[in-house]
Amino acid sequence: MPHEHDHHHDHHQHGHDHHDHHHPHPHRPDQDDGLTDFQAMEIALRELLIEKGVLTAEEVRLAVEAMDARSPAAGARVVARAWTDADFRARLLADGSAACAELGIDMGPTKLVVVENTAEVHNMVVCTLCSCYPRFLLGLPPDWYKSRAYRSRAVREPRAVLEEFGTHIPERTTVRVHDSTADMRYLVLPRRPDGTAGWDEARLAALVGRDAMIGVALPRQP
Amino acid sequence: MTANDPLPARFRPGERVRVRGGTGPGHMRTPWYCRGQEGVIERICGFFGNPEDLAYGRDGHPRRALYRVRFRQRDLWPDYAGPESDTIDIEIYDHWLDPAQGRENHAA
Repeated sequence: MPHEHDHHHDHHQHGHDHHDHHHPHPHRPDQDDGLTDFQAMEIALRELLIEKGVLTAEEVRLAVEAMDARSPAAGARVVARAWTDADFRARLLADGSAACAELGIDMGPTKLVVVENTAEVHNMVVCTLCSCYPRFLLGLPPDWYKSRAYRSRAVREPRAVLEEFGTHIPERTTVRVHDSTADMRYLVLPRRPDGTAGWDEARLAALVGRDAMIGVALPRQP
Repeated sequence: MTANDPLPARFRPGERVRVRGGTGPGHMRTPWYCRGQEGVIERICGFFGNPEDLAYGRDGHPRRALYRVRFRQRDLWPDYAGPESDTIDIEIYDHWLDPAQGRENHAA
């Protein structure tokens, strides 16, 4: 048990009990020392809002908790409904936000554009300017979605990026990238996998992962 | 026209447009890589406050038409490695677009 002493950190000041230790190992540095400018600004603003009675600390905490609780399961439910209900699919493609509201998913003021994968077109979403993402449907974005590498390469060499995700799109299929630069948010409606005839929505939804709804992957095969 | 009326949309789906070039101070949501490039209006997304004003605490009025403009990847990146049919759709506000001129270098 080389890391046994980790369990004693609660009882000791960091580091001082390791001098007679014969198996030193590198310590991962703490990530909570020092604030960035934006972190300091957030704290200052939050404390002012609370001090002035605009918000309570509890309301802030509840909002953070609600944001963290969102997950790609909501998006998967939308996709599964679209796969099983042709009328819903048509409404979803015509007005994504309104169709989601039918399922009790409130997009707020966000306008959702749903782009459908077909045999002819594969869609893929990026936000080159920042990290716009349909959080109401997919939860918090993955770190790679916010990285400069993804944001710059997804528009410049999307097929190479897709291959790195293990997703091969044949040359005869158009790859259509969507740069989420302004007021729209995007959800990719993947193609329903073969071999799923007669499946109900819950079973279908389990095939739909986050990455398939960003367009860097395909749904799981049954 | 009242202060809350948006400016009219100057373009329709299917029209060829050219993104304005140029630079300027401040906050803009028109990516560099499409400036000066030609594409086709894919749809009108609606009317939204001008982000260049909103970024500085102003009200963004009058609202502007926002479009999705479809570009050919080969037009944006001359050495693009994928097939000619690959495209990219970008959201662009009305005041960043001009009618396309001189289309001899572009396939339909």
